[in-house]
This record gives sequence, C-alpha cells and structure tokens, in this order.
Amino acid sequence: MRSTVPLLVKLLATAGFGILYIPVMMMMIYSFNRGKLVSVWAGFSTKWYKELWYDDVLLTALYKSLLIGFSSATISTIFGLLIAIAFLRFSNFRGRLFLSLFASAPLVMPEAVTGLSMLLLFIAMEASFGWPSGRAVDTIMIAHATFGMCCAAVVIQTRLRDIDKSLEEAAKDLGGRQPFVFLSIILPLILPSIIAAWLLSFTLSFDDLVIASFVSGPGSSTLPIVIFSKIRLGVSPEINAIATLMILTISALVMIGSFLVLRRDGKK
Amino acid sequence: MTPFIRIQNISKKFGKLLAVDDVSFNLERGELFSLLGPSGCGKTTLLRMLAGFEKPSEGYIEIDGQNMANVDPADRPVNIMFQSYALFPHMSVSNNIAYGLKRASLPSDEIKARVEELLRLVHLSGMGARKPSTLSGGQRQRVALARALARRPKLLLLDEPLAALDKKLRSETQFELVNIQEQLGTTFIVVTHDQEEAMTLSTRIGVMDNGKLVQTATPNEIYEKPETRFVADFVGDISFLEATVIERTGKYWLMEAATPIYAIGSSTLTSGMKVSLAIRPEKITLTSQSTGHLNEFPVEIEDWAFYGAGTQYKVIGPDGIKLKVYQSHNQPSHANPRHLETGFVHFSPDATIILEG
Ligand SMILES: Nc1ncnc2c1ncn2[C@@H]1O[C@H](COP(=O)(O)OP(=O)(O)OP(=O)(O)O)[C@@H](O)[C@H]1O
Ligand SMILES: [Mg+2]
Repeated sequence: MRSTVPLLVKLLATAGFGILYIPVMMMMIYSFNRGKLVSVWAGFSTKWYKELWYDDVLLTALYKSLLIGFSSATISTIFGLLIAIAFLRFSNFRGRLFLSLFASAPLVMPEAVTGLSMLLLFIAMEASFGWPSGRAVDTIMIAHATFGMCCAAVVIQTRLRDIDKSLEEAAKDLGGRQPFVFLSIILPLILPSIIAAWLLSFTLSFDDLVIASFVSGPGSSTLPIVIFSKIRLGVSPEINAIATLMILTISALVMIGSFLVLRRDGKK
Repeated sequence: MTPFIRIQNISKKFGKLLAVDDVSFNLERGELFSLLGPSGCGKTTLLRMLAGFEKPSEGYIEIDGQNMANVDPADRPVNIMFQSYALFPHMSVSNNIAYGLKRASLPSDEIKARVEELLRLVHLSGMGARKPSTLSGGQRQRVALARALARRPKLLLLDEPLAALDKKLRSETQFELVNIQEQLGTTFIVVTHDQEEAMTLSTRIGVMDNGKLVQTATPNEIYEKPETRFVADFVGDISFLEATVIERTGKYWLMEAATPIYAIGSSTLTSGMKVSLAIRPEKITLTSQSTGHLNEFPVEIEDWAFYGAGTQYKVIGPDGIKLKVYQSHNQPSHANPRHLETGFVHFSPDATIILEG
C-alpha cells in the first residue's frame, strides 16, 4: 500500500524549504551580478570573485579562519575521542554522570554565554599568570576547541557505542596488548566518525561569529567577523561572492561528514 | 598425576550476586566438556574466568600445571570463541585468522601456511580474501573457530557456538565440531543451554544451576542416572511420581504411588521414606489391552502429538498421576493407538530412577 502525503503537509514542507533556501539561492545568483546593486540584475559576471582575490582584509581573515579551524578541529577531535573512550570503556568511574552532563552542556548553552564566560576566563588568566596576553588567534582557537570537543565527543561516542565489546576481548584473547588492540581494532572501526567529528568541529569553528567576537582581539578578526562588519556598511556583491564560497565549502564538508557517520561497514 | 586442567573451588561475586558458586572440576587432555544449564546460571561467567576476563573472587585455576591466577588473557594457553563470534569486521577472513599468529611474531610464510591449513580444516579454502560481512552465519562460525584454534591453545572455550545457526546447519556443525576436536586433540569446554547439543557433543557434561555445578558425568549417566530432580528435569523429558517406600522385594523396592510400583534403587532406602520416582517417556509402553506386565496400570489419554519418528502422549493414571509416554514408530504394522481414549501403560522396574528428598 502506498501512503499518500496529505496536501497540507506538502505545502508546509515546500514553504519551509522555500523560506530556508530561496534567499540562499538568490544570494548565490546575485554573486554573479555585474551591477553593484544587490537587488537589480545587470547581467552575468564573475568580477566580484576576482575582486575578492585582491581584497587583503578578506584574505587575511580567511587565512586566520582556516588556521583557527584546522587547529581547533584537531584539538577538539583528540579530546573528543578521549572523552568518548572514557565514557564507554571505563563505564563506572566516579563522577561519570557529572562529566557527561558537562560534556554536552555547551551544545545547548547560548553561544553568547559561552563566549562571555570564555572571555572572562581569559581575562582572569591573564591577570593571574600573564597568559594569554591579550586576545588573538590563540584565544579564539582555545574557545573553539572547547566547544568543538563536545560535538566531537558526541559524534565519536555514537559510533563507539555500536562496537561490540567482545571484539576488544577477542583481540586480547588472541595475544594482543594495549595500545595495539586499540590501534588495530577500535581505531579503524571508528575512523569514519573521527573524520566526521573533525569536519564538524572545523565547520563550527569556520562559521562561528558570536564566540569569536567575544574572544578576538585587534588584528585577529576571522572571516565571519570581517563579513559582518562589512555588511554594516551595506551589502556589496563581493559579500555575496564570499558567502557563496563559504556555503559551498561548508556544505561539502557537512555532506562528507554525514556520509561517514551514516555509513556502516559492509551491508548487513 | 595431576589433571590437565584443574578448577578448584571457583566462585565469582558481582556485588551481592553469587554468579558462580564454589565450582570444582578437573579435565583430562583432549576432553570435550559441555557446560549445560538454564539462562543466567553462570556458564559464561565461568568461561570468562578461565579466559582471564574476570578475576575469580575465590578459588584457583590450573592449566597444565601452571597456576592462572596472575596470567593476563593474552598470555594464557586458552582461546575463546565468543557467542557473537566477534570477528573483526574490517579485516578479511585470512587476517582475522592470522591476528593471533602475528601477535606470536611468527615468520610471515609460516603464518600464511598456517592460515591455509586452518581454512582447509574448517572447509573455507579460497574464502580467505572475503570480509566477514559477506559470509553466511555458518561460515562466520567456522571462521571464528579457525581463529580461536590458530594459536594451538591447550584449552578452547566455546560460548554457545551453535546458537545462531538454524536447526539443520546446527546438527551438521555439531558433528563437524566433534570431528575437528578429535582430529586436533585439543581440550574443549562448550557452553550451551541446549541439552541435545550437550548430549551429541560431549565426552562429559557438567550441569549448572544457580551458579553451582550440580552434576558432572558422561551424557549417558546424566540421562540415565541423574542425581537430582533438577538434572533429571533439565536433561530430556521426564515424568515424576511422588511415592512412598514400602518394602524390599528381591531385587526391587516396592513403592506406593497411587498404584503399587516396583523400582530399582540403592539399599539405603528405608520403609516409609518419601521419594520421587522419575521415568523417561520412551521407557514406557502404551497398549490398548492389559498385558499383565509388572508396573502396569490403566490410563486415560489426555493428549498426543505426532513427531514423525514417534508420537508423544500425555496420559493420566490412577489418582490423577500424569505421565509422558513416547512411542517410536518402529514397526510399520504397529497398531497405532493414537486414536485411543484409554489404555494401559507399563514399564520395567529397571527403567525407573529414584530421587531422594
Ligand atoms: N559483569 C557483570 N556484572 C554483574 N552481574 C553480572 C555480570 N556478568 C554476569 N552477571 C550476572 O551473573 C549471572 C550469570 O550470568 P552468565 O552470563 O554467566 O549466565 P549464563 O549462564 O551464561 O546465561 P546465558 O545462558 O543466558 O548466557 C547472571 O545473573 C548475570 O546477570
Ligand atoms: Mg552466556
């Protein structure tokens, strides 16, 4: 029997997706607009993309965003992996419940709160032992790593939970010792989720505006910060162009990530 | 001479729960020992202690003269085949089998030869390059067996090795398992809660109940001479009659269980004692007319079920005593009494089992 989707549901779904994606499509289309006005089509051109290439402020911001993204994603993934292992392999240590609450709280906490508390922490640290001196790339990196770590832990944990505990015991029974058992059995099986966790942390860092505004200092503006400040002077087609590039990159990363998370070994 | 494997007063507590309770038994080299018992009676826990994944709360384990107390699972001359098989999904069949050999740092051509030999042993030659996910349940089971045998363990533990197989494949695999075991002479401990499987496989059976090992004997003894009501009931079909001992008459004891019954039993019985009489369904004969045998009484047939090779009846005797009767269809011309409503049963006094208490 075929189930038929009620008309109302179809309409609502179309409207929902429309509101979500039509503006994005418009923006992408207008990034190829020849004219300077955002709302009047004046013919096709890629000149805004060329202009991007010569915009030093944007390029510097892009470089910083990438640097912060790469390093914070790497730190997030390593710590997230350790948290996930601690939760699932040592199931009965003291304070487990608290740690699991603390590990997922940042996911639901307002970003402004996270950003502000990070800022206060950095100021207090600077006052007491002089590091980090001022806010710069490193403070954004730490803030992003903290946030990304929680997401990474959740992603990796989901995968690790599916792995039969007897696999590890079988490896030990056959003469394997730690850390070899982990490297030869567990790591290959959770590798897709590790990559997915890295991509997710990178994406979160790369398009974060709120936390970064709190913990960035002069000269350490990331790409979202620069874009946001430019918009206040009026939307230029150049912004459309950089936004289009960001959307494409991030959707690609998210798609690879979800593909890796959803994929299972072999066919059941 | 000390036994090959010695398990001495082993107990395991999980918090307050006594999962394994003071279990002791010895194994000779090359035995195929089955651990039989209902779910949750501690079979897996006992195996896990032998493999080294759980530390006994009390008691000790000795394998080939070596105390296992402080030996890591990786160093024990013991391998285990898990109920879930636990094949490494990201490795080929060959690499699964070779995992333990590589840990023993053998030269690679030796490993290769050994893997080939094991694949042949479990009838999987030519499947070495496949991934476990592309194999059938029976094939996976055999890969798991080959992998567990690879390091030539002194003791192989199998936790419900056949549980995941369908009935037909199961009986084929049972014989294969016995073949392989005889071929290699390795000592096996097989956990099962399937009593037929235990009967088919083993040289000896240990029956567990609630953490305790209640009887250890050959399959034949377990079936014909169970020592407790639990063992009698757990292994095979059986009927119980509550009886009172009257007197000894020659070779047999005369009992009263709604009807006089002669039974064979030890001379430790005394008149007036209350006992349980147990009798297997296939030891009872059902006839339409009285035949004048010893231990004969009239019955009503309450129910019957056809099994192909035989028919199982539920009958009610004098005073409401219930019996299960199994008649094998061994004679084509056998007057089939299955449409009967009443009849007579009789059984030999030698076929009875007296369980005290
Ligand atoms: N790690 C553990 N922590 C606490 N209790 C446990 C643990 N492992 C087993 N038990 C308990 O010990 C008892 C025996 O369990 P075990 O797994 O040995 O049973 P089993 O005989 O193998 O049963 P089955 O036939 O169902 O596999 C059970 O009551 C079980 O709940
Ligand atoms: Mg079990």
